[in-house]
Amino acid sequence: MNGTTLLDPTAETAPADRELTPRKASLDGLTVGLLDISKPRGDVFLDRLEENLGRRGASVLRFAKPTFTKPAPADLRHEIATTCDAVIEALAD
Amino acid sequence: MEDEAEAMYERGWTDGLPVVPPTEARVLAMLEGTTRRPDEVVALLPPNLAECTVEKVAVNAVLAGCRPEYLPVVLAAVEAVCTDEFNMHGILATTMGVGPVLVVNGPIADRIGMNSGINALGHGNRANLTIGRALQLVVRNVGGGRPGEVDRATHGSPAKLSFCFAEDETGSPWTTLAEDRGFARDADVVTAFCGEAPRIVVDQKSRSADSLVRALAEGLRSAVSPRTVMGMDAMLVVSPEHVARFRDAGWDRARFMEELGGHLMVEADTILAGAGGIEEGVPEGFAGTTLPKFRPGGLLVVHAGGPAGLFSSVVGGWLNGPMGSEPTSREITP
Repeated sequence: MNGTTLLDPTAETAPADRELTPRKASLDGLTVGLLDISKPRGDVFLDRLEENLGRRGASVLRFAKPTFTKPAPADLRHEIATTCDAVIEALAD
Repeated sequence: MEDEAEAMYERGWTDGLPVVPPTEARVLAMLEGTTRRPDEVVALLPPNLAECTVEKVAVNAVLAGCRPEYLPVVLAAVEAVCTDEFNMHGILATTMGVGPVLVVNGPIADRIGMNSGINALGHGNRANLTIGRALQLVVRNVGGGRPGEVDRATHGSPAKLSFCFAEDETGSPWTTLAEDRGFARDADVVTAFCGEAPRIVVDQKSRSADSLVRALAEGLRSAVSPRTVMGMDAMLVVSPEHVARFRDAGWDRARFMEELGGHLMVEADTILAGAGGIEEGVPEGFAGTTLPKFRPGGLLVVHAGGPAGLFSSVVGGWLNGPMGSEPTSREITP
């Protein structure tokens, strides 16, 4: 490029590295959050998951995004993170 | 020796088309197009919510092929889409093939050579194409929103490369889109609308306003899907030959909207879930009612196009309101 310098069009940021939470050995006694993104029939899927999780000894807390078109609000994410051992987010249609 | 065009592809800076190398000289020249300081933060760009400065917008405007005098329009467009009400994050991430559609009003459109006439929604005009493209490159490069990553569109659309045009104000008997949205006639304004690619509504036979308004309404009823009512907005781009029917009849914008709205009432029984053997549709609870195709304010009307051609264009929208996207206008400042 004969020494041409190009300016970077990107934000020049890098995502923070975060460790995944270790996989749970058992569901027994865990609190599992079920996050409905509020698309049609997401509840059908999550209702079934709740039944199955209950049979395996987990207790379930249900959450819903106000709208599927926007990211989950920070308060909702915080509530899930502080009250649940694991979370399952449901897409739908 | 690295080829600079190839180097920019390899770095993922392009939308698939070649870009102009953002040299220091070009970026400095671009920044001459605004009085704003290069380090001023314009917006937080979704999806990464990255701080976007005037300088970063300028770098991407160079990539897109903009001239410096276009930069204020690009800056206002970035501000408009990076709002909670416009919801650029959702528009980017959705599986629907929608993107930001930009309409420019005010004297700046002529001053920078934008096209509101022949091929206004198509190709051939540098300002139209590169302003829309610069916005999308800002989203891609600064926000980190790339197809196949956070951008999950099932089909996408050619309109996601760039969809930006000016309204033909002088040839219109009506108030402008920006005036309709509360701005002064001489204000420079960009309006962002979340839309798909345009499609044509043909009516070459109507000679009366009453006939043509019915035909346009019929075309609009299928926007997004004949089964969606109130939840999705649309934009109607009325051509000069079509608007002439309404001018001849003495219909101003308000009269046109009123008549059009009257023909956009849908018998709910025809679009109930299950009606006609189609499972998609409105809930059974609406049986027996009549529903408006669009919510109040959910139809944006713009006048543009070449002098010949008995066509208008419909741009279908996306989920509207607080649950989706609101059309958003911003004044363009130097």
